[in-house]
Amino acid sequence: MTAPAHAAASLERLLATKEIIIICGSGGVGKTSVAAAAGIAAATRLGGKVLVVTVDPAKRLADALGVDGIGNVERRVPDAAFRKAGIEPRGELYAAMLDTKQSWDALVMRHAPDEATARQILDNRLYDGLTSRFVQSHDYVAMERLFEIHQTGKYDLIIVDTPPTRNALDFLDAPARMAEFFGGRLLRWLTAPYRVGGRRGARILNVASRPFYQVADRLIGSQFLQDIAEFFLNFQSMYDGFVERSRAVEQLLRDKRTTFGVVTTLEDAPLREGERFCEELVKRNYHLGALVLNKTLPQDLFSRDGAAAAKQFCTDSSSVAATLSGIADTEGAARVLATIGGSFENFAVVAHRENELRQELTHQPDVVVDVPTFADEIADLGGLARIAGYLMPS
Amino acid sequence: MEPNLLDRRLLVVTGKGGVGKSTVAAGLALVASQHGKRVLVVDVDAKGTIADRFEAGTIGFKPREVLPGISLMAMDTEASLAEYIRLNLKVPIIGRLGPLARALDFVATAAPGVREILTIGKICWEVRESIEGRADWDLVIVDAAATGHVVAQLGAADAIGELVAVGPVRGQTEWMSELLSDPAVTALNIVTTPEEMPVEETIDLVGRARAELKVPLGVVIVNRVLPELFTRDDEAMFETLADAPVLDQLASAVGPGVPAVMDAARLAVAMRRSRLEHLNRLRDEVDLPTLYLPYLFARSQGRRETAMVAHALAGEMGL
Repeated sequence: MTAPAHAAASLERLLATKEIIIICGSGGVGKTSVAAAAGIAAATRLGGKVLVVTVDPAKRLADALGVDGIGNVERRVPDAAFRKAGIEPRGELYAAMLDTKQSWDALVMRHAPDEATARQILDNRLYDGLTSRFVQSHDYVAMERLFEIHQTGKYDLIIVDTPPTRNALDFLDAPARMAEFFGGRLLRWLTAPYRVGGRRGARILNVASRPFYQVADRLIGSQFLQDIAEFFLNFQSMYDGFVERSRAVEQLLRDKRTTFGVVTTLEDAPLREGERFCEELVKRNYHLGALVLNKTLPQDLFSRDGAAAAKQFCTDSSSVAATLSGIADTEGAARVLATIGGSFENFAVVAHRENELRQELTHQPDVVVDVPTFADEIADLGGLARIAGYLMPS
Repeated sequence: MEPNLLDRRLLVVTGKGGVGKSTVAAGLALVASQHGKRVLVVDVDAKGTIADRFEAGTIGFKPREVLPGISLMAMDTEASLAEYIRLNLKVPIIGRLGPLARALDFVATAAPGVREILTIGKICWEVRESIEGRADWDLVIVDAAATGHVVAQLGAADAIGELVAVGPVRGQTEWMSELLSDPAVTALNIVTTPEEMPVEETIDLVGRARAELKVPLGVVIVNRVLPELFTRDDEAMFETLADAPVLDQLASAVGPGVPAVMDAARLAVAMRRSRLEHLNRLRDEVDLPTLYLPYLFARSQGRRETAMVAHALAGEMGL
């Protein structure tokens, strides 16, 4: 990790100095909300043009931001939506949702040598599978789209909410893997028997490829193999474009202008994954900017006085209730006191557990931010702005 | 309720990331073992989360018994392929499996569904072995991919069947499809929490499973349900107690910590209430039997938590 020279590292400084912030974390920790809130914080406090790219099709986020559905094309969050939440935006906030299929189609159209080849690729029955079912294709296309948007120079800051992947760091490898995939000897090996003397034709095996095909034929049939080969022969025509692009994307991810924010809750499994993230990012020389501990329980639950009161409510509710003047139903009062005492103790157990986990954190970046859990769910821009207030305290 | 859930041979457990899918899968395994079943739990993502639930250390492709009647294994598509080739094809070049596996791994990456078929293939194979009495288990529980990917995984047998016209893989997919679509054998179960996105994904998955898969749906398990603190009368009483005149009395009688306790109660009530909306939506949209697991105010993970979940599950299943 490159330690900044200044002491006052803050999320505000990151938002002000970086051009790309990539938000990652395991599923269910609130990545999308944090990404949107960071966008709101930047747009309202720092100004400029800020874009939040999400992969989450949550209609609720679109509603919350006051945009009429978030699509592959960036949409501006109307100032009216800010004002409705009682905020005066200094800059402009935009939102876009990544549509994997559309982005892939655009990519093929751009890189294919001619329209006929592009059409052949788009119409191949393997294509849909590759782009929609092949899980890592989301990762690649997300990074590719980020690159494309960044290149337009339209935005001062782009915040990216990363796709929920099986292995959450897959997207980092996606560009390199895509380049390797197209340049790989295996692909040539797979397609070579179908491409003899510069022409496509019936399959001719050589000594090297024969054993592979002996097994592969028996496994999945030669017709299917030929389909695959056809598809990749066409796909290979885009090789140069893809490889060049993948390298550029990877460079951008490592650029000084790019930083990563890891979001986690203080629960065992997400936190462990969050820590693994931080560790990996640092190990691979990416810039780990901030760790956001999301949905934490209030500090009040640690209060000694609170614990004492809760205990008395639990053990002695009847006599406490009896002292109260103006309450006729002392039995009911006693029952409620016992209930809330017990509830406090329940939540305190969880809060203490959270605190222990917080203290066990080993890979802490310079910026660690707490966002408490809110009683009500975040349903509008005002709610997201509350999170923003914790990300960037005034 | 589904009284015969544990009498099936294959319980697939899925859900949005972060809802406690692995914990529920582990709990189910424990309940089943407590009711005399021998269980194999398959960790599809192979991240070790299932092993953690049993504090079992590292788990590999080869199943290992971690508690009496409970074995665990982690999915590994390459090992699955090697096993398949060893069992099904008399390949003379077995010594060269290394580069071959790499080549096929490449095809798996490139061609849709190959990786998935290796996963579901291994699972189905274990199920068939168990049905035919050749395996050490009666029930296979799968800690499956998250909601987004599980349809592709479970549909892989059919998808490959469509793509590959001939060859042994084609023949292989037919018996797999049969197992997966038999309601006496298989059930797809969805874990959710009473929160917006998990509930939406559950509704979505139920629809997709019905439209795109032949796999029978089992139960929906709602995890981390917060308790209802008050009846309506009690809630009125709470408001009275938390209101200034009585609150002051309480503070002088009990101490300065009273407001913190009141705030915590308010938070608990509000959290429960905002989640209730999603529970209701789930009830309206999904007509599957639903089990509710309470939020565990426990400090433990691992076996202790798994035992608590199993206990709650058994109660909900009427066992």
